[in-house]
Amino acid sequence: MDPIRDVAALRQMLAGLEAARLPGVEPSFSLGAAGPAAGGVCLARGALHEVQAACSADLPAAAGFALALALRALQTADAGERRPLLWVRQDLAEAEFGRLDAPGIAALGLDPARLLVVRARDGAEVLRAAGDAVRCAGLGALLIETWGTPKALDLTATRRLALRAASSGVTSFLLHMAAQAAPTAVATRWRVAPAASAPLEGDAPGAPSFHATLLRHRGGAGGVRPVEGGDWKLEWDHEACTFRDLDPLPRAVVPVPAGRPDGAGAQEARRGEVVALRRAG
Amino acid sequence: MPADGGPGRRGEGDRQIGDPFAPAPLVFVEKVRGALRLAALDRAAHRAGLAPGLTLADARARLPGLAVLDHDPAADAAFLGEVADDCDRWTPLVALDAPEGAPDGLILDITGCAHLFGGEAALRARLLAHLERHGLGALAVIAGTPDAARALARSGRGGVVPPGGEAAAVAGLPVARLGVSAETVTGLSRAGLKTIGDLAARPATPLAARFGVELLVRLDRTLGREDVRLVPRRPLPACIAERRFAEPIARTADIEATLALLVDDLALMLEARGEGGRAFEACFFRTDGAVRRLRVETARPLRDGVALARLWRERIETLADPLDPGFGFDLVRLGVLRSEPLTPAQVSLDGRAVEEEEVAALVDRLAVRLGRERVLRFLQRDTHDPDRASALVPAGAAVPSAAPAGSAAEALARPLTLFDPPQPVEALAEVPDGPPLRFRWRRVVHEVARAEGPERLAPEWWRRPEETPTRDYYRVENREGRRFWLFRAGLYEREPGAPRWFLHGLFP
Repeated sequence: MDPIRDVAALRQMLAGLEAARLPGVEPSFSLGAAGPAAGGVCLARGALHEVQAACSADLPAAAGFALALALRALQTADAGERRPLLWVRQDLAEAEFGRLDAPGIAALGLDPARLLVVRARDGAEVLRAAGDAVRCAGLGALLIETWGTPKALDLTATRRLALRAASSGVTSFLLHMAAQAAPTAVATRWRVAPAASAPLEGDAPGAPSFHATLLRHRGGAGGVRPVEGGDWKLEWDHEACTFRDLDPLPRAVVPVPAGRPDGAGAQEARRGEVVALRRAG
Repeated sequence: MPADGGPGRRGEGDRQIGDPFAPAPLVFVEKVRGALRLAALDRAAHRAGLAPGLTLADARARLPGLAVLDHDPAADAAFLGEVADDCDRWTPLVALDAPEGAPDGLILDITGCAHLFGGEAALRARLLAHLERHGLGALAVIAGTPDAARALARSGRGGVVPPGGEAAAVAGLPVARLGVSAETVTGLSRAGLKTIGDLAARPATPLAARFGVELLVRLDRTLGREDVRLVPRRPLPACIAERRFAEPIARTADIEATLALLVDDLALMLEARGEGGRAFEACFFRTDGAVRRLRVETARPLRDGVALARLWRERIETLADPLDPGFGFDLVRLGVLRSEPLTPAQVSLDGRAVEEEEVAALVDRLAVRLGRERVLRFLQRDTHDPDRASALVPAGAAVPSAAPAGSAAEALARPLTLFDPPQPVEALAEVPDGPPLRFRWRRVVHEVARAEGPERLAPEWWRRPEETPTRDYYRVENREGRRFWLFRAGLYEREPGAPRWFLHGLFP
């Protein structure tokens, strides 16, 4: 009938069959170059993840963390570089912490032209908009930000979101305060608070830093054992689009371009090798 | 062919003065040069010999039992607007007729519409019967040009002027009906030219030399020699599909089914034109004359019947005040207000076009449900003024703006969220330009652990209002690790007034 729709349906079916096997599309993403403990965490793509702010004042930090996770999910995805992100925000969150600003989003490493923002009046409207958005396979990632924990956000609603995310492949992040912990059907649950950043020169505040606790990790996708209860201090490197372990000591900061070849490290490794020398004479 | 109708007031009936139970004659008065004068009157008052322009005192002297109300031109205009909306059911080309300033008549261009109602005479009869049912008395004339119809209707005539018969029909009317200035009318009557027929018989050149070209233009239009186009009240839709019901419909399911049919009709028309619609309007004409209009705008040209029907269903489901069918809708019309060329999409193997299409469909659905102003994307401007650097604009309307040059490389440390307006804080800082050491925001005291600044940011000089204090921005981090963007408005000793501190944004 409609060739566009048929091909889309076919693509979706194929993606569902081959997601686990295609070499290009990994079914999960990691936190990047973080240290061994945090680096081992694999988050499922096309699943619902929950980011809780430790208290209401930490919501901006939690939002930054969720956006950074979404960027991680997009960065390694096939064609994810071009897909837009959708951020559904409740009006109260905007009233409390201000409107989203394009330069700030660029500062986290996302091109603001790729972000769509939806303003919803209340929690139920947020969930309805999210329910529609999560089915749209053209989206790269979805951020759902509610103020407090709306009544409608229960096990059924989150389970529905998670199932839809799994079928469409849209990695979704649920962002709210941890005030009333409701049971939710999510793949991972993080509790995020801001951490004191590694200062730059002149004692200036450094890169965005988070104190992230992994409260729940279902399954431990990718064959890695679950690391629930992990508690890390991470900082976000927007240029390399990766998390790093937070180094609490001051250090000179030399910005390293994202695409530099890894030559220096290889030479260092060779310096430690034993070289056979023949005594002269 | 234009038709002219002058509706009377709602509730105005045929009342008898001698009837003791009949309401008193009604007049509307307004203050003109210090005296209360009649502005409008009902039929009974008219029959009693009153006329607009008479002072209220004189009118009272003649008819002591006069009912008097204040003249309200705004309410008159609003009511005429409602009648005009209802007249959309006959033709989409409806214009207000305002020969003396305030509109007090309607002109309908019924070219090409009359056959739908069984001919011009039948259309006129149905129109009058329709208005009559709603308590409106009207005069209607159908003629070849708007000016001829207007001149006849305002002289109290009615009926249909046969094609080419305008000159004969208007010959007996006084020259004042041409709609020319009062001096011209006086001049013409002094010259002995009392009727339009007198003028038409005269050679044109001396008339133009004596009274100006304007008179000739009016004369030609009234005699039907020259036609003019109307300026309709509403923009004309590019294409229209409509359904009329002998039995009015009222159930939501019926309305949705009707819209689905109309959408299919429109899709065919749009396909024939090679276009897709960007803005659609549905008009629901109630049997009692009220008209409800709903609009749907899309982020991309659209002519897919299924998608359009879904958008309309969504629109009707999420109305804040639901469609009130009253006694039912007897006409539902769907029009395309704005259209753009739409070529069938090439299905590429990478599915890129499909993905874009899906996102655009999502944007449309959310925009219909939540409102266009709630589905947004960023518009970036190349400026250092943080208040103007970015704005959220409706996603459907905006083309993605090019990022300011070099923004990706520098990626300044800017907050994720901005307060608009900035929130005042109490801060303790070194004088004159040290970073804050401690500040209080929302009754919480924050001890600053690290700070960077000042960074002086200002709007471009041509945008900066006079006497705006200078803003020095500081990026600070408190002991818990929360990061803030603060600024001091004003400079110590160099600018008048004490500097004040504000919180402008929050970093993640």
